[in-house]
Amino acid sequence: MPPALEARNLVKQYPGVTAVDGVSFTVAEGRCFGLLGPNGAGKTTTVEIIEGVMTATSGEVWYRGEPAGTRFREEVGIQFQATALQDYITVRETLEMFSRLYDRRADINAIIDECSLTELLDRDNRKLSGGQRQRLFLAVALVNRPRLVFLDEPTTGLDPQARRNFWDLVKRIRTQGTTVILTTHYMDEAQILCDEIAIMDRGRIITQGNPAELLQERYPGLIIEIPVADIRGDLATLEHRLIDEAGLVEIVAVDVAATIHMLVPEVHSLNRIKIRQPTLEDLFLDLTGHLLRA
Amino acid sequence: MFGRIFAVFTARNREFLRDRGTLTWNIVLPVILVFALAFVFGGGGQNEFTVGVLDALDEPDTARHPFMETDYIEFVEFRDENDAFRKVEHHQLDLLVEFGPPLRYWVNPDSPKGYFAERVLLQALADAPAVKEPIIGAPIRYVDWVLPGILGMNMMFSCLFGVGYVVVRYRKNGFLKRLRATPLRPWEFIVAQVFSRLILIMAITAFVYAGTHLLLDTRMEGSYLLLFVIAVAGAMSLISLGLLIAARVTSEELAGGLLNMITWPMMILSGVWFSLEGAGDFVRNLARIFPLTHILDAARAVMLDGATLATVLPTILLLLLMSVLFLAAGAAIFRWTPR
Repeated sequence: MPPALEARNLVKQYPGVTAVDGVSFTVAEGRCFGLLGPNGAGKTTTVEIIEGVMTATSGEVWYRGEPAGTRFREEVGIQFQATALQDYITVRETLEMFSRLYDRRADINAIIDECSLTELLDRDNRKLSGGQRQRLFLAVALVNRPRLVFLDEPTTGLDPQARRNFWDLVKRIRTQGTTVILTTHYMDEAQILCDEIAIMDRGRIITQGNPAELLQERYPGLIIEIPVADIRGDLATLEHRLIDEAGLVEIVAVDVAATIHMLVPEVHSLNRIKIRQPTLEDLFLDLTGHLLRA
Repeated sequence: MFGRIFAVFTARNREFLRDRGTLTWNIVLPVILVFALAFVFGGGGQNEFTVGVLDALDEPDTARHPFMETDYIEFVEFRDENDAFRKVEHHQLDLLVEFGPPLRYWVNPDSPKGYFAERVLLQALADAPAVKEPIIGAPIRYVDWVLPGILGMNMMFSCLFGVGYVVVRYRKNGFLKRLRATPLRPWEFIVAQVFSRLILIMAITAFVYAGTHLLLDTRMEGSYLLLFVIAVAGAMSLISLGLLIAARVTSEELAGGLLNMITWPMMILSGVWFSLEGAGDFVRNLARIFPLTHILDAARAVMLDGATLATVLPTILLLLLMSVLFLAAGAAIFRWTPR
């Protein structure tokens, strides 16, 4: 079976800037693929080339074994990072209008239910809150029963509760076999939702794989964080990393008890140390040398 | 295909009709203008005397006759004597003169200004022989003449700004990008916009025309159906021009500048407020490039002179041709997203 989506060596150049520099990846049917990276890494440009709303300088996009074309537009749903809807139009009318643009159509009432829009159906688009708008944008992306859904920074600007609700919604969509392409700069979002991720920086993919496997390969143990101010020795016997922006030193510990035992003579106090699981944020920092949201 | 066009068409209609401020302004402005002008100018119009000069070959030459040296009279050359006769009949010309020999002049005995213009002519002639030809007919009030101008102007603003601005706003706020990600094609979007605005502006124009026509008893010599056809062809040409202007622009400020650059010359040179018959050839030829000039000429021909389809058909075809050219160019260069 051909992959749901294949990006082949995508390049996007502007005068003096290469926004996307040879990006390639493959997404299997029914998977959730996350494209991660800081703002300006080239995620949105990459995704908009794939979606067909932007033209690549070079490269190809294949959908289910053929170059992306008419069938792609009919079978794909897109939730853009920045977009708008018509003023003076209600939620129901918006969904009905977008539904009529496709030959493939979902049951609008089921989508309304799924996206928790029942109470908002007669509300003017202008009067929706941020979270309500995001749910409507997702509903619009689902009106054609898409086989592939693009979610571009879907939870940016949402409060923590709204973000969690949105994640639940995406999980429910996935249970129907829909392939999801997610772009985000929230690492926790990617870790929770994605089967596979690609981390982008400066227009290139710098690593790719299953989130848990990537972390396991890179970090065989837990991470111990110590404030720089609490260190009195030089930690020469321990492999460590200094994070200037946070004023911390991080140590990867396979045996936490042994590492702490070695730390005791080198610090003033252990009161402020933290022991935590490694995250994709750590991976990004290791790979690029800068913080993800810096 | 039709389903997609209808979906965008319906949504745009709803958006326009629910924007009460814009809708009200589209209806109220022309009504206010028509009534204000009817009140200010009463049954008259321009205060200056206007005398037509029949001359098939030369420009009116002030050195040719002492009458043409008279101040406060605008002399307008006519090559088509039937056109000139009709204007005397409707009191749009106070006097029509053909320098002989013998000198002949046409005047409407029911026109007060015609009477005074005739007295000035006879004084200038001294005792020279002249042949007087009376032409009888009811006057065309200024409000009769200016009504098509105001309706046309309202149509122009609504079509150009109503379509051009909206498309640029859609592009700027990303709504067009959202539509691009669907199977909707550019020409389907454009057709939906054209028909949405066409139906709305025709409904508004018909409503305003019916109201002012009934209340002010404005002149209608020709066919209502023909007037409707002219209005449809005219509105299509203006909407298409608006879409062409908005086809690539991404800034509302630039769109506003471009639209103003188009609308102001049209408002001044297309004969909305006053006739361009006294203007020079350059200005009159320049005015021919504007759709509004052709719309108003054809509408006035039907409303004031009772022109038939045969007379205005070339104008209707020209307006449709303009529409096709503007639409084709607009669709060819249309851009969904900012660069």
